[in-house]
Amino acid sequence: MLNEIELLAQIIFLLPVAAFTVLALCHHRLPGHGDLTATSVLGTSLVLSVAVFLAALHAPDNILVNISFPWLAAGEASILSGGILVDKLTAVMLVVVTLVSFLVHLFSVKYMEGDARYGRYYCGLLLFTASMLGLVLANNMLYLFIFWELVGLSSYVLIGHWFEKKCAADAAIKAFITTRIGDIGMLIGILICYVETGSLEFSEIFAAVHTGVLTGSLRTLAGLGIFFGAMGKSAQFPLHVWLPDAMEGPTPVSALIHAATMVAAGVYLTGRMLPIFDSPTLLAIAYVGGFTALFAATIALVQDDIKKVLAYSTVSQLGYMTLALGVGGYAAGLFHLTTHAFFKAGLFLGAGAVIYAMHHEQSMSKYGGLWRKMPKTTACYLLSTLALIGFPGFSGFWSKDAILADVLEFSLERGHYFLPLAGFVTVMLTAFYMFRQFFLTFTGEPRSKHAYEQAHDVPWQMLGPLVILAILSLTGGGFGHWFEEMNPKRNALEQIQDFARAGVQTPLVQEARFKSAAPRAKDLTPAARKTERVLTKHAESSGELRHFAHQTAMILSTALALAGMALAWLMYFQRKTGKVAFEPGRLVEWCPNIHRVLLHKYYLDELYRTLFILPLRRLSSFSALFDRGVIDSLVNAFGYAGRIGALAAEALDRLVVDGLLVLGLARASSACGERCRALQTGYIRQYLLFTLVAVVFLSVVLVYLL
Amino acid sequence: MSKLLLSLITFLPLGGMVILLCIPGRFSAIHRAVAVVTTGLVFLLTLVLAARFDPSQITTASVYSAYDAATFVECAWIKSFHIYYRLGVDGLSVALIVLTGLLSFLATFTAFSITKQVKAFFALYLILVTGMMGVFTALDFFLFYVFWELMLLPMYFLIGIWGGENRAYAAIKFFIYTLLGSVLILLVILAYYVKMKSIGVPEYAFNIPELIARRPFAYPGGATLMQHLLFWCLFIGFAIKVPSFPFHTWLPDAHVEAPTAISVILAGVLLKMGGYGILRLNYPLLPEVAGTDSVMYFLAVLGLVNIIYGAFCALGQKDFKRLVAYSSISHMGYVILGIAVLNSEGVNGAIFQMFAHGISSAMMFMLVGVIYERAHHREIARFGGLGVQMPNYFALAIVGFFASLGLPAMVGFVGEVLVLLGSFDYSRAITACATLGMLLTAAYILWTMQRVFLGTPKPEHQGFPDCSAWELISLVPLAVCAIVFGILPGCVLEIYRTSSAVFLSYF
Repeated sequence: MLNEIELLAQIIFLLPVAAFTVLALCHHRLPGHGDLTATSVLGTSLVLSVAVFLAALHAPDNILVNISFPWLAAGEASILSGGILVDKLTAVMLVVVTLVSFLVHLFSVKYMEGDARYGRYYCGLLLFTASMLGLVLANNMLYLFIFWELVGLSSYVLIGHWFEKKCAADAAIKAFITTRIGDIGMLIGILICYVETGSLEFSEIFAAVHTGVLTGSLRTLAGLGIFFGAMGKSAQFPLHVWLPDAMEGPTPVSALIHAATMVAAGVYLTGRMLPIFDSPTLLAIAYVGGFTALFAATIALVQDDIKKVLAYSTVSQLGYMTLALGVGGYAAGLFHLTTHAFFKAGLFLGAGAVIYAMHHEQSMSKYGGLWRKMPKTTACYLLSTLALIGFPGFSGFWSKDAILADVLEFSLERGHYFLPLAGFVTVMLTAFYMFRQFFLTFTGEPRSKHAYEQAHDVPWQMLGPLVILAILSLTGGGFGHWFEEMNPKRNALEQIQDFARAGVQTPLVQEARFKSAAPRAKDLTPAARKTERVLTKHAESSGELRHFAHQTAMILSTALALAGMALAWLMYFQRKTGKVAFEPGRLVEWCPNIHRVLLHKYYLDELYRTLFILPLRRLSSFSALFDRGVIDSLVNAFGYAGRIGALAAEALDRLVVDGLLVLGLARASSACGERCRALQTGYIRQYLLFTLVAVVFLSVVLVYLL
Repeated sequence: MSKLLLSLITFLPLGGMVILLCIPGRFSAIHRAVAVVTTGLVFLLTLVLAARFDPSQITTASVYSAYDAATFVECAWIKSFHIYYRLGVDGLSVALIVLTGLLSFLATFTAFSITKQVKAFFALYLILVTGMMGVFTALDFFLFYVFWELMLLPMYFLIGIWGGENRAYAAIKFFIYTLLGSVLILLVILAYYVKMKSIGVPEYAFNIPELIARRPFAYPGGATLMQHLLFWCLFIGFAIKVPSFPFHTWLPDAHVEAPTAISVILAGVLLKMGGYGILRLNYPLLPEVAGTDSVMYFLAVLGLVNIIYGAFCALGQKDFKRLVAYSSISHMGYVILGIAVLNSEGVNGAIFQMFAHGISSAMMFMLVGVIYERAHHREIARFGGLGVQMPNYFALAIVGFFASLGLPAMVGFVGEVLVLLGSFDYSRAITACATLGMLLTAAYILWTMQRVFLGTPKPEHQGFPDCSAWELISLVPLAVCAIVFGILPGCVLEIYRTSSAVFLSYF
C-alpha cells in the first residue's frame, strides 16, 4: 500500500514535468499548442491525487511515505538528500494544487485563445504546477527551497506573459525580487538548521528541536528566517507589495498562482515548520498575520480594478491563515488555506469570465448590471463571494470561524487583544468590499453601454471550472474535522519547558499536555513543574473557554459579516430609481485624506522606492564609477608610471649614458684631437722648441722630485 | 593508450594547427572545419578521460596516489635540471579538462562569424587550447609554467588583432597584468628549486606531488615569513587570473574588446585557472599559511568583497558585455570564499562553482555575442522588446540568465548553496552578507533581462533574424548542461569528491 502511494506521488509529480518538457521542446508542433495535452495530463494527476487523498483519509498514521535518496554528497560525512514526504497535509495540498491547476488549464483554453504565446503560456502553467507539486512533496528544506524558487520562476514568467507591456514586465521583476528578499531570510534559516542539526530533513530538524540540539536564540533566528521566506511568498506585510502588481498576468494565472496555490505556499511552509517556531516567533507570526489581514482589507475597500480588489483580499486572507498558525491554530489555518483556494480561485476565474466578456476591461466603474448578460457566472460568483465573507453554511464560514475562535481563545488567555480585534474588524471589511465589488459589477445599470452590449456569458470550458469551484465553496466546509486530526503533536515536555521559560501558555500547550502521554513529574524542571501545576488548574476552565470562544466567534463574525454586507448594500446597490441609499462620494468628501492614503496603498511603493531602490541604484552607479575611476585608474596609473619610468630611462639613456658618457667621450676626444692637430705645424723650429721645453720641464721635475 | 591519453588531449590541438597552417589562406571554410574537427576530437578524448577516470582510486595513501595512475606519464625532459615531462590528473583537473574540451569545441562555432585572417585566428586558437589543457595536466612545476605562459601569448594576439575598437589597450593590459602574475609564480618556482637543491633533493625540484608531500619550507611551530612570502606571491599570481578584487580591472576591458569566442574561453576556462592554481599549488604547497586563522578570515572576506562588489558594479553597468564580465567577478567570489573556509562543503562548492560558472558565463557571453552580431552595439539601454522579435533567443537567454542567477535546479545554484553551507559553518556574519549577493545577482540579471528582452519591440530591431543554426549549436548544449547538471549535480561532484577530500587532508 505504502509503496503504491510512493509510486503514485512520483507519477503525480512527473506527469507535469514530462508534459512541460514536451511542450517546451515542441509545443508548436502539437495540436492546439499542446493545451489539451497539458489539461489532460493535469486531469490524470488530479485523479491520482484524489486516490492518494483517499488513501490518506483512511490511513491510521499521519505520515504515509517518507523516503530520502542521496542527491549530492558534499563530503565524506555530509550528504544533501532529496526525498518524498506524503502525509495528510501533503495529500490535501496535492488535491488542491492539481484540482485548481486542472481547472485553470481548462479555463485558459478559451480565455487565452489566440494569444501570440499560447504554447509558452501552457509551458509556464505546467512548470508552475510541477514545481508546486514538488514543493508540497519535498521532505526536506533543500528540496522545498529548490521548488520554492522554481515556483517563483514560473510566477515571474507568467506575470510577465504579456511582457510587451511595461507594467507587466515591471510587475514580474518586482514579484521575483520581493519574494527573493524573503528567500534570503529563508536561506539563512536553512543554513542555521543545517549547521546546527547536520540535516535538512523535516523530521530530523524537528527531532533536533525536541532534543534541544536546536534551541535558544538560534532556534528563534532560524524560525524567523524561515517565516521571512513565507512572508515573501505569502505576501505578508511588509513584503506584500508584489502581489497586487502581479495581477498584470493573465487572470487564470492570478487564480492559480496568486490566489490559490503559490501564495499559499508560505502558509504551507509555516504550517509544515510549525514545530521549529518557539513562542516569541509564533507571536511575531500572529502579529504579522493579524496586521496584514486588517491592513490589506482597508486597501481593498477603495480599489477600482476588479482584480486588485481580489488581490488585496487574497493578501488579507493569507494574513488570516498566518494569524491562525501564529496562535497555534494549525488546523484552522490550513483548513482556511484549502477553502480559500477553492473560493478565491472561483472568484478569480469568475473575474476572468467577466473580463473576457467585457473584452479585457478590468475597471469596475465600467461594469454594472452584468447579471442580466451572464447569469450563470453571476450565480457562481455570488456563491464564492458568500464563501469568502464567511456567510453561515459556506466553506469560508467554517474555516474563518475556526481561525477566529482560536484567536479569541488565545487572546482571552494571554492578552494581545489586537489580534482578535484585527480578525473581527477584517470580517466586516471583507464583507463590505466583496459586496461592493459584487454590486458594482453585476447589479445596477451598466455604466459602459458599449461594452455591456457586447457582453455575453462564457463558453463551457470557462463555466465548468466556475461551477465546480462554486460547489466546492459551498461544501468545502466538510473537511474541517480532518485538519484537526493531522495536527502535529508536539512533544509535551518540550512545549511546557519552552513556555515555562517564556512564562506563557497557549492552547497548544494544553493540547499537548492533555492529549499526548503526560510527562512524569520528575522529568520536569522546577519551573516546568510549576507551570504544570498552573496548567492542571487551568485545565478545568479550558474546555469551557474553548466552547465560549467558539460560540462568541461564530455569532460575532456572522453579525459583522452581515453588517458589512448591509453597508455595501446601502452604498453600492442601485435601487429602482437608479440611486444608492448612501452615496459613497459623501464619505470621500468627509475624509478625503484617508481615501487618498488608501487609494495610494499607504504610499508604500513610493516609500520603498525612495528608501531602497533609488539608493541601491545610486550605490551601484557609484560602484561602477569607483571601479573605473579609482581601482582601474590605479592600474592605469601604474601603467603610466611604468611608461614615465620608461621615458625617464630612455631620456637618461639618451642624454646621460649615450649623450654624456659615450658621445661626450667621443666628442671630447675628437675635440682634443682637433686642438692637438693645431700643434702639428710641420716647422722644425717649433718642434725643437717643444723638445727644449720638455727637457727643461722634465729636468726640473726630476731634480725636485727625486 | 591510456598513457598517451593526456598527451593526446594536450597536443592534438597543436597537430591540428600544423595541418591548418599547411592549407592555403583562401580556403577559410576548410580552416574552420579543421578547427571544429580538432576541438571536437579533443572534446571526445576528454570524455574518454572522464569515462575511464576512477575517482575511488584517488587516495591519500602515497605521494602519487592522489593522481590517476592509469594516465600518469613521466619522462625526463631537461635532465640536467631535473625538469620532467610529467602529466597527471585528479578529479579536479578531469572536471576542468572536460569543461575546457566542451567550451573550446563550442566556441569554435561562435568564431565562425570571424572573417578577418581566419587561418591565423584558428591557428592561435588551437595553440591556446593546448596551453589550457597543458596547465590542467602538468604536474611538473616548470612544465606548468611553460603551459601557463603558452596560453598567454595567443590570447594577446586574439584580443589584440580580432578585438573591438579599443583592442590594443585591452590586449596589452591583459598581457602585462597576467605577466605580472606569472612573474610572481616564477619567483616561487625559483625559490623551490633553490631550496630543494640546498636540502639535497634536486631531483624533486619541480615535482609537484613531491613538493606537496615534502613541504621543503615547513618548520615546526607555524608559518614562517618565507612561507608567507611564497604563499602571497602565488596567491596574487593566481588571484589576478581569478580575478579577485582589486586585481580584476583587466577583465572587463579584455572581455569587452575580445571577440565572442575568446570571451567564452576567457570566462569559461581562463578564470578557472586561477582557482585551479590555488587548489593545485597555492594551498597544498603552503597549507600552514592557508590554515592560519587570520589568513582564512582575510580570504573569506576577500571572497565576500568579490561577491558583493562585483554584483554592485554589474548593477551599475551600461554595457551588456561589461555587465557579464562583472557578474563573473561576483561569481568567482564564491570560489574564493569556498576555498578559504577549508571545509568539505566549501571546497566542493567552490569547485562546483568553477564548473558551473564555466557553463553559465560561457553561455552569457555567447548570448551577448548573438545580439552584438545583429545590433553592432552592446548598450543595454538601447535594446528592449527583443523577446518578441527573437523568441528562440529569448528562451535560451532565460536559461542562461537564470543559470547565472543561481536559480535552483540549474548549475549556478549548487555551487553557491554548497559554498554558503560551508562558509556558514565558518562565519555566520560573512555568510549572511554573502546571501545579500544572491539578491543583488537577481536584481542585475532580471533588470538586464527586462531592459533587453521585455517591453515593446523597437523598430530598429525589426528584421533581426532569430538564432542561426551555428548559434544554436553552440548555445543549446550549454543550456542542456546548465539544466542537467543543476538537477543532477552529483555526476560532476562525484568526479572530484575524492580529490577534494585529498585536498582537505593537507590541512
